[in-house]
Amino acid sequence: MKELDLNIDIAGVHFKNPIIAASGTYGFGLEYERYMDLNQLGGIAVTGLTLEPRKGNPPPRIAETPSGILNSVGLQNPGIDLFLEKYLPILKEYKTVIIANINGNTPGEYSELASRLADSSVDMVELNLSCPNVREGGIAFGTDPKTVYAITKEVKQRVRHPLIVKLTPNVTDITQIALAAQEGGGNAISLVNTFLGMAIDAKTRKPILANITGGLSGPAIKPLALRMVWQVSGAVKIPVIGMGGIMSGEDTAEFLLAGATAAAVGTANLVSPNAMMEILDGLKAYMTENGVPRIKELIGSLRYSV
Amino acid sequence: MLRYEVRVLENYEIANFIYKMTLDAGEIAQRAQPGQFVHIKIPEDASLLLRRPISINGVDLTTGQVDLIYQVVGKGTNILSGVKKDTKLDVLGPLGRGFWIPEGCMKLYIVGGGCGVAPIKFIGQRFGHLDITSFLGFRSRSAAYQIQDFESFSREVFISTDDGSMGEKGPILHSLRHKLSHERPDIILACGPVPMLKILQSFVAEHDIPCQISLEERMGCGVGGCMVCSCEIGDDGHRDYKKVCADGPVFWSEEVLLG
Repeated sequence: MKELDLNIDIAGVHFKNPIIAASGTYGFGLEYERYMDLNQLGGIAVTGLTLEPRKGNPPPRIAETPSGILNSVGLQNPGIDLFLEKYLPILKEYKTVIIANINGNTPGEYSELASRLADSSVDMVELNLSCPNVREGGIAFGTDPKTVYAITKEVKQRVRHPLIVKLTPNVTDITQIALAAQEGGGNAISLVNTFLGMAIDAKTRKPILANITGGLSGPAIKPLALRMVWQVSGAVKIPVIGMGGIMSGEDTAEFLLAGATAAAVGTANLVSPNAMMEILDGLKAYMTENGVPRIKELIGSLRYSV
Repeated sequence: MLRYEVRVLENYEIANFIYKMTLDAGEIAQRAQPGQFVHIKIPEDASLLLRRPISINGVDLTTGQVDLIYQVVGKGTNILSGVKKDTKLDVLGPLGRGFWIPEGCMKLYIVGGGCGVAPIKFIGQRFGHLDITSFLGFRSRSAAYQIQDFESFSREVFISTDDGSMGEKGPILHSLRHKLSHERPDIILACGPVPMLKILQSFVAEHDIPCQISLEERMGCGVGGCMVCSCEIGDDGHRDYKKVCADGPVFWSEEVLLG
């Protein structure tokens, strides 16, 4: 087979391959530099940014569950200003798409975050309406189609960048939320964020996480995520970035088959710092073995009959 | 790149529920500093996603062997305890910031409790030319290990057990308090359970002795990216979370707010 073509486009932004580091699992990427070449990645969604620095939730912030991880970090980050000043210039030296993930306590904070990013050199903005681990905002906004529409529209007016809206799966009908994001001017949808869950230590009778509840990720949620990506990509016209328990090249292929244009890797980064390189190699092997020279052919090409 | 596939040379129980594993891991041995850890992928059960952080107990620079000590506390460490010789393990390391001895420190007190005795033995091995006094606390005689190693590099070794089956009965900090009443080290280096570290914090504050403590926390990536293994740092004015895996696991005693 000739050389494999892994190029994809999302809202006019070119990605050299469909592997994106999922926000909140990969820091600002720089921590992983000694383990892998960041230039090899399709993109990096940096850790969730807020207006002010956040120290996050008290520990323990992580629990291991069967084939999954429950986390409650609570958006620990140095704030958007320090990101723009200190981290972004370093990140821009890499040949990969940089996505700023923004989180507000109020609709007004999302607007302010968008304004601060308006002239920045990030390649895309990801509107996070789905964090399950903060008291205000986050998931509360992402479960109401009207709020999703309003915040998306407001943010879209303030940034020139293509806008991704990241959705929570903790809703009854994910397609309604996705349609609201599209209606509001979102240029792409990313899903799923984590499922709200909890873990208990029966011996001590205590929750394992200090925050009691947290977000479940990893292979345990992959079937749920695949179903939602399939539903959403069938309902909207804008591209979908799929995620939820991707640990291998074949997992990535499954998300693309379900309709995603790209795939974000999260939990796997906590398992091995160079996991995305192995996943990329696995995806190439899948393409070779299954006669798929161009990755775009795979997108939404699920074969089924009803 | 600090990720290796390494061969297990030995893996056996050295005390009650405490195992010693020796790895054939030359590059880790060369780089390892006392207080650093390795992050091990649990074999056999793919449903256990997270690696287990395990402290380095010592290295042999000529053979490239790395000794680890771990306690069996759950599913993951239970699987690890059954790993046979010649098994290949997926290991990251050495990770974290270990103990560091500031210039001019000649007289060291090293304090370990339970599993925390393991990393401080590596201090003695590496800094054996300094004047070391060791304080070791265990639950009982059956949970004690490596006493002879400590005797080989220490001027004096104090031992306590909770049940009095070996050494003094009661917390090891009793021995430390007694010793501090008529002698002063240049620095204290410690690892052990949080209640022990909390009392130690107040001792060293009272006596104004520099002290480093090694912390444990549930960990994710181990390399500073995922922000899950945080510990609280600061004073009443300003508090922040630092990463145990990358900023630590060793911190100055006075900067850590123990829960």
